[in-house]
Amino acid sequence: MTSDIRTEPFTVNIGPQHPSTHGVFRMKVTLDGERIIDVEMIVGYLHRSMEKLAEERTYTQNIPFTDRADYLSAMSNNLGYCLAVEKLAGIRVPERGEYIRVIMAELQRIANHCMAVGTFINDAGAWQTPLMWLFAEREKILDLFEMTCGARLTVNYMRIGGVAFDLPDEFVPACRRFVDEFPGRLDEVEALLRENEILLARSKGIGVIPTDLAINASLSGPMLRASGVAWDLRKADPYSIYDRFDFKIPVGTAGDSYDRFLVRVAEMRESVKIIDQALRDMPPKGPYKVDVPLALRPPPGEVYARVESPKGELGYYLVSDGGAAPYRFHIRPPSLINLSLLKQMLVGLTIADAIVAFGSIDIVIGELDR
Amino acid sequence: MTTWLPGGTVAERIRERFPDAVEAADAEAVRVKPERLLEVARFLRDDPELALEMATNVTAVDWEDYFEVVYHLQSITKNHMVTLKVRPPDYEDPEVPSVTSVWWGAHLQECEVYDLMGIKFGGHPNLRRLFLWEGFAGWPLRKSFLQVGQGAFHPGLPHFPKEGGERGVISGPRWTEQEPGWRPLPSPGVRPPEERRPYGHQQMGPVTPPQVDRERA
Repeated sequence: MTSDIRTEPFTVNIGPQHPSTHGVFRMKVTLDGERIIDVEMIVGYLHRSMEKLAEERTYTQNIPFTDRADYLSAMSNNLGYCLAVEKLAGIRVPERGEYIRVIMAELQRIANHCMAVGTFINDAGAWQTPLMWLFAEREKILDLFEMTCGARLTVNYMRIGGVAFDLPDEFVPACRRFVDEFPGRLDEVEALLRENEILLARSKGIGVIPTDLAINASLSGPMLRASGVAWDLRKADPYSIYDRFDFKIPVGTAGDSYDRFLVRVAEMRESVKIIDQALRDMPPKGPYKVDVPLALRPPPGEVYARVESPKGELGYYLVSDGGAAPYRFHIRPPSLINLSLLKQMLVGLTIADAIVAFGSIDIVIGELDR
Repeated sequence: MTTWLPGGTVAERIRERFPDAVEAADAEAVRVKPERLLEVARFLRDDPELALEMATNVTAVDWEDYFEVVYHLQSITKNHMVTLKVRPPDYEDPEVPSVTSVWWGAHLQECEVYDLMGIKFGGHPNLRRLFLWEGFAGWPLRKSFLQVGQGAFHPGLPHFPKEGGERGVISGPRWTEQEPGWRPLPSPGVRPPEERRPYGHQQMGPVTPPQVDRERA
């Protein structure tokens, strides 16, 4: 009887203005009944042609672009770009500058994961409460940023050869207080969610990515680690001073949305450990940047440098022709490349599950479109 | 620590299997012939010593006489990286084979290169403009496309204030103190704008209005 009932394929646009797409992202979804049979992603609504504009600006003038690429983790983006230029020009950063950079990058990772986990839970149906709990923690981190450099989101804090300003006197006690309090708060949030019946039902086994496919599709960050690959650039290719810290790489097993959530929560705990060690070991006084010419002219050549940003591998490919502006400036965006498997993830799911699977990827449109 | 394999080492390894595929190799990168790219890519992925399972980064550079597509390949099991390059034979109509069948992670990045640089990837399953719309005039990341500073600033910002003397000391007048109509001189070695290959907005006049794709809209 039921086999006689046939349905016509039906097309639904999710986005560009839709709360679950976290920005101006559009998915054209073809449905058969309630099942998704085809997905096409349409992006570019926030394309600002950063790579072209950067070819007309000096190396220092390009730092604000990196803030606006991934505006939820601006510090990590600053860090990646400055490391690339330093590698190209052969500049060494003073000890205190390195520690400040690591503290800021790890604070930013916590802030980003608060946002990622909070909105993911929100998509899964826990309306606002866990999100606001995590936002309260993120707010404290943004206050720390504001205290240091005056800005909260687009910080523009790192410079080639160090950081723009030294830490204010209030920073270390405030950061210490945050590091002491945050694990307890995270325990509360986790106790609320980890065994939550609704979250388990909504996210377990949804959007599964097998290990070999994840590697072949160049996934990185929590997406790759949730699929069972212990690949973290802070361990695999230690940049800055990450080889001095003791931390673990959380790895998932199933590669589903729930594992991505668990990996992000575990990463926040590891970041707290790193900040704790960095605060302990940081030289209390000393230079925090080196003098770099205003119009820095790196020798001709090319460089690909990457960092483990909260979303994955963030790479910068710079080509210098000896001028004061880069000849080519390319960002390798984890947000875009983590979407490589979008179709494979979503086909076969219902719309409601697709929203959860999509929310677990953690993209930011500023970086996706650049 | 990730090691970057020198181009020469990789070239040797490729030559053992494909004697004529390598075009050039230096300390940093290995360049292969475009028509052999696909089999070389498959070899790099499957060879047990190289085991480059991941095409981490795919991008392209416009060198004004030729294009260069750059692949940064990553091995997770061996923890090393290789830079692979390929030059499309024709500057006016550049095309190289797509490596999507070898590394699925390349498919969005190749769309991006096609969208902004105008390099076609033969055999790509769904090559389309990723950020801009179909019918957009020109390829924005090409050097000949509308230079924001009319080409005068690129590439050297030759008269940058405060440069030359000691740090913080201004050697020469500031830009704001120059007489009206003053433009920085183009640095030597850069083609003056009138000799540039006409392309993009400069050539085509007003931008054609976006064509509304009724099916998509």
